[in-house]
Amino acid sequence: MHSYEVGLWIFLLAAFLGFELIRRVSPLLHTPLMSLTNAISSIAVVGAILVAGHKDASTLAKVLGCLAVTASTINAVGGYLITDRTLKMFKKRGER
Amino acid sequence: MTEILYPILYLFAAALYILALKWMNSPATARRGVWAGETGMLLAVVGTLLRFEVVEYHWIMLAFLVGAAIGAPLALKMPMTAVPQRTAIAQAFGALAAALIGTAELFEARPHGFTLVALTVEMLLGYVTFTASLVAFGKLQELLPGRPMTYRGQNIANLGVLAIAMALGVAMNQTVDPTAIFPFFVGFSLLFGVLLIMPIGGADMPTVIALLNSYAGLSASAMGFAFDNKLLIVAGALDGSSGLILSIIMCRAMNRSFTNVLFGAFGTLQTSAKGEVEQRPVRSASPEEAASILDAARSVIIVPGYGLAVAQAQHKLREMYDILSKRGVDVRFAIHPVAGRMPGHMNVLLAEADIPYDKMVEMDEINGEFPMCDVALVIGANDVVNPAAKNDPTSPIAGMPILEVDQARTVMIIKRGMAAGFAGIDNELYYMDKTLMLFGDAKSFVSSLVKELGAQVAA
Repeated sequence: MHSYEVGLWIFLLAAFLGFELIRRVSPLLHTPLMSLTNAISSIAVVGAILVAGHKDASTLAKVLGCLAVTASTINAVGGYLITDRTLKMFKKRGER
Repeated sequence: MTEILYPILYLFAAALYILALKWMNSPATARRGVWAGETGMLLAVVGTLLRFEVVEYHWIMLAFLVGAAIGAPLALKMPMTAVPQRTAIAQAFGALAAALIGTAELFEARPHGFTLVALTVEMLLGYVTFTASLVAFGKLQELLPGRPMTYRGQNIANLGVLAIAMALGVAMNQTVDPTAIFPFFVGFSLLFGVLLIMPIGGADMPTVIALLNSYAGLSASAMGFAFDNKLLIVAGALDGSSGLILSIIMCRAMNRSFTNVLFGAFGTLQTSAKGEVEQRPVRSASPEEAASILDAARSVIIVPGYGLAVAQAQHKLREMYDILSKRGVDVRFAIHPVAGRMPGHMNVLLAEADIPYDKMVEMDEINGEFPMCDVALVIGANDVVNPAAKNDPTSPIAGMPILEVDQARTVMIIKRGMAAGFAGIDNELYYMDKTLMLFGDAKSFVSSLVKELGAQVAA
């Protein structure tokens, strides 16, 4: 089996898993859910490091790669912090 | 050694991401979900830095620091009312990162075959989402006009631009030197992103924000295919399905289809059609009268809308909630899925004001309660409580699920004036015998209610 075939199977399973997980999230938390998934998608930083830090990287690749690392770090740091800050506000009665 | 280590770290990272979403299903475990997400991210970054082909660290470290220095204050200092804008700009950054990585890889690795296909998809989604999120940000931050911008033949022009961008993407996969076509491909992708969001109005923002979230995820997934990286595929697929589900929920809550949201330019056509609204008498009440009705009630359901966020009235509303609760009045908040500018917007707004989340009730659960409730108090919401959605099959919002406040014994509506709502439709609710219009700014009116309720205690 080609590597991309394996990838497509993984994509299929992960997408269905995602549907099942997200369906269970209460509408109460839809805003923090969006900031969390947004932070999770900044996993693109992995690709950015591979491009920027590659031993044969050209100057163009280094510049674009480092810009991408910066952009995804903003997203990751900001995303996780704001999700936590938002969730901290959700309290039950008497929890103030 | 490290070559065995990094796949294991990636595997743990993927598992933590799945757990992060699983723990998000309840407020009790949600913060653990954030922890899982952060740890997963850390493992993925460490694993990647350990890979043998990664040799250059200095600039990457600097980029981390710069990113953290910008990202942290953005998250910690920003007022909670700006959450929709923040989400839009975060999506823009994420999409930009994906697009830049695709670009670098295109020029660097000179890929072909399946890898090039994946890179093309990644860049198309990345560049489109980048400008689309920026325009959405501009509209939410009110740098751009929030009303839909429309012109004749808009849909054909938009689809034409998308078709050209896609055709150029296909052409890149057919030629010897894709970099020659690349600039045009990027140009049309960026243009399509702008055109896509121009006709979107404020009421449709929740759907569109969720959809852009989905695109950003799919772009990360496509990158995973290009780099043969399973972690990226999994994380992107999770994000993609999350955004898609949320936008489906938003569409259902408006009884509209995706195509209608994206190409319908809601809120422009109807205003002209329903232009002549006859002058009908309404009953209005002073804060004093309204306060005594609230004080005499046993159960009150408050319906917040975007107007509450605009007026920043949530803290005053909390004070009112406290006074009424102390006197034994059962106060609850009815949340319509599309109230506000993004999914869950109203919940965050009320939570910020320390209103307990177990008092915020979803539409399906609360609708049966309205006939038993003494007072329904609508603050800054309009279309989501308009009975025309149920009673008038010709209404533009016909079939949209609404909060059935018209069933309550008394309906009170805080509103600046008699202007129609976002959809430009007159609201039958205002003219009912049991309805009291409370004219004024949401924040100042709720303040006067608080003052009156306090005075009644003293008396």
